[in-house]
Amino acid sequence: MSSAPDTSILTSLNIQHGTDLHEMKFAVTAWSKGRARVGVLQLANCPQPMETPALLLSTRKGLPVFISPDLLPSLPSPDSHLLQMSPLHLYVFTSLPLLLFVLIVGYIVDMSMWVLRLLFLPAHAAVKMVGCTWVPGLLAYMCVYLSLDGISSKTISNIGGLHQMLGLHEYGFAAVPRDSIVCLPECDSTNKIGASFETPSGRRLIKPVEYMEMISSMKPSLWATLADEVPAWVSAKRNKASVDRTLRWLDECITLSPNQLQGYWIGGFGLGESMDERPALLNAVADILPVERPRQICGLELPEEVLQGVAAGIDLFDSTYIYHLTLGGFALTFPLESIQRHEFDSRLSDVGSDHTKINLRATIYRKDTAPIVDNCNCYTCQNHTRAYINHLLNVHEMLAQILLEIHNTHHYLGFFRSIRTAIKEDNFEQFRQTFIDSRREHLNMTAHMHRAEGIAPLVLLGDRAFNG
Amino acid sequence: MALRFEVLGRFNRARAAQLTLPHFVCQTPLFMPVGTQGTIKGLTTNQLEEIGCQIILGNTYHLALRPSSELIDELGGLHKFMNWPRALLTDSGGFQMVSLLHLADITEKGVTFQSPVDGKPMLLTPEESIQIQNRIGADIIMALDDVVRTTITGPRVEEAMYRTLRWIDRCIAAHKRPEEQNLFGIVQGGLDPVLRDICVRGLVDRKLPGYAIGGLSGGEDKNSFWRVVAQCTAALPDDKPRYVMGVGYPLDIVVCSALGADMYDCVYPTRTARFGTALVPEGVLKLKHKAMADDTRPIDPACMCMVCKNYTRAYIHCLVTKDAMGSQLLSYHNLYYMMKLSRDLHSSIIQERFPEFVCEFLQKMFPKGDVPEWVCNAMEVAGIDISCCCAPFSSSQD
Repeated sequence: MSSAPDTSILTSLNIQHGTDLHEMKFAVTAWSKGRARVGVLQLANCPQPMETPALLLSTRKGLPVFISPDLLPSLPSPDSHLLQMSPLHLYVFTSLPLLLFVLIVGYIVDMSMWVLRLLFLPAHAAVKMVGCTWVPGLLAYMCVYLSLDGISSKTISNIGGLHQMLGLHEYGFAAVPRDSIVCLPECDSTNKIGASFETPSGRRLIKPVEYMEMISSMKPSLWATLADEVPAWVSAKRNKASVDRTLRWLDECITLSPNQLQGYWIGGFGLGESMDERPALLNAVADILPVERPRQICGLELPEEVLQGVAAGIDLFDSTYIYHLTLGGFALTFPLESIQRHEFDSRLSDVGSDHTKINLRATIYRKDTAPIVDNCNCYTCQNHTRAYINHLLNVHEMLAQILLEIHNTHHYLGFFRSIRTAIKEDNFEQFRQTFIDSRREHLNMTAHMHRAEGIAPLVLLGDRAFNG
Repeated sequence: MALRFEVLGRFNRARAAQLTLPHFVCQTPLFMPVGTQGTIKGLTTNQLEEIGCQIILGNTYHLALRPSSELIDELGGLHKFMNWPRALLTDSGGFQMVSLLHLADITEKGVTFQSPVDGKPMLLTPEESIQIQNRIGADIIMALDDVVRTTITGPRVEEAMYRTLRWIDRCIAAHKRPEEQNLFGIVQGGLDPVLRDICVRGLVDRKLPGYAIGGLSGGEDKNSFWRVVAQCTAALPDDKPRYVMGVGYPLDIVVCSALGADMYDCVYPTRTARFGTALVPEGVLKLKHKAMADDTRPIDPACMCMVCKNYTRAYIHCLVTKDAMGSQLLSYHNLYYMMKLSRDLHSSIIQERFPEFVCEFLQKMFPKGDVPEWVCNAMEVAGIDISCCCAPFSSSQD
């Protein structure tokens, strides 16, 4: 375990320590001129080793958001075999304060009714009313029932762990508390007892011991310890508190489940910091981490951000980009062989498309019988047309999201493969620069065109403004 | 005529047949899932093939609105548009209009309604309905009928029945693709046996490729329901398929098959899946129920579908109504269940063990022997002895 970083250099950073429960082997197999590297990750469950930098597919309660498990094998193998999940998705939260509140109110109501009845009823009936406690009981039951949002650790253990519960025996699961879509760290509410997260069922606090209970029942392939994640702009005092707390929880987690530390999960990014200040921070982190251990990060969503992470020497990334694209009706189209500059098509840009992705809700695709991408091997492109997906989006059918998630996942996995190829061929920096330049050029031209036409700058889904 | 219907096995009125359609060779009795807008909610065509779906329904009203029948035609028909290699059936659009729209009014010309897009008055005529269905290109198309709920009584029912007969002639005249698409007539007449009889005769005279029994599954009581089905199946020609529209509860399908019907459609299996209910031999299983939270059994231990082979009730419980995946998995299971029921009906008739199958089915669904009276009456007319599963009845007989 490395010592805490000097906070005067790293003002907004946390290092989390990941450990794993199963066998895991990792080795660096190729270097670029900088920090970017290709590695090989072998997990106990997965029949084939996986190359890094790699994409961890986002899941909701362990399964992809839209792609049903029988369609997963149609994605490239073994690239698609790394899944990321948050134990908090499955955690059964009972709100003790709420429960007590309801019990007390119920009891008061019940007692008042009892007193009223006593005043108006004959003695024998009044005696029957004594001990009538079904009202608070019922309310408490309802409270517990309403707060049940997941599946208990005991049940997960009975089933046999994540792989058994999800029917995905040849997949690797990385358990990380944070999920950049539905389980965002709430640093203002985190305290010394536990880490706070904003979840679909409200703000929840989770203690290390509760977290570890889930982890030991789930038995994921990789897991990160509970951390106090803070964004870049917190005060130095808060930052120091988060580092101390995280290290204390790290010790607590390891005590509860002794394991070999095998890798590093880097937290605190993707919480709103600017892209400009990120590389320096990432490099500083990477430089103090042992080279031969894998590094995982959350929150680097866009391709440009992934490239920043790869350039800093990070190996594992989560994939919220796919989720946002899919929900928005976007499909990735950028060429994977090499990043070439395309002829700028102004018509496409008006609907949020560019040569990286197309907006399939646009009416220009109503009669387009081409697949999303011509030579794409994914299930969606092999079986369906842009026109059909356009129709599905217009009539709000779930199949649209299923087909888009399949294609976008397939495509983004291809992007990662291109990254690995570029590193192996020793031209990663050139690859990265070409990609960024072609995106920037498009955005500049869009902004220029719209200024000329007097239109406010177009806000593209998921894209953040570039300077210049 | 663009179909061939060959009866391969019988038990009294029940029959197992091979229905050869332009896009697929089907085995009946069969259940057709409803893919309202050119898709079954949450399932890919690949999965539907794996499950064993043979014919899928498309709703003409919805498809004509979006993406429009002209666009579907331009892109090569609905089969090509959705990439479904097997058979398709489209309804006439009439039922949706009457049930969905404001101010739907039925006149001799057709169904007048307010366009949901701009509120302008519009008219769906028999000719228009057939033209739209010609453009969509399904293997089986339905005539526009004047459909009246069975809960309505009085002269309206008779008016609707006669109008249905007048409209079938207009549908036949307007049908431009009889060699590729089969036009089915729909028997109306409410719960009145005299009216139903007149309608059946009128439709049979037109020598259509197949016949549907309409106007049911709209809230009438089961006693009336099965009697209408029994009367119509007895009167319709033996060598043509018989389609009972809107029938989807497994029990109803078994009874109607015993009475001689071949095809069924309903939104029930997929709709109930979205509410967290699974179809099982015992009836239904409500996955939302608290008791499911730590139940580590599969939904149906006897089911061989992907969902039952891999997932526990507890896991599905935490998904249902909260995550899209929950609906998907339950829809998959429910449709698998319906397809298996179809296959079992067909094979049990062919293998001459249909009464045994019916008894097993009823025993699992009514383990205490409390088979509803309407089922017992219907099975009597169908000539199937179910005394082994009707405990109270057999014990009360002297």
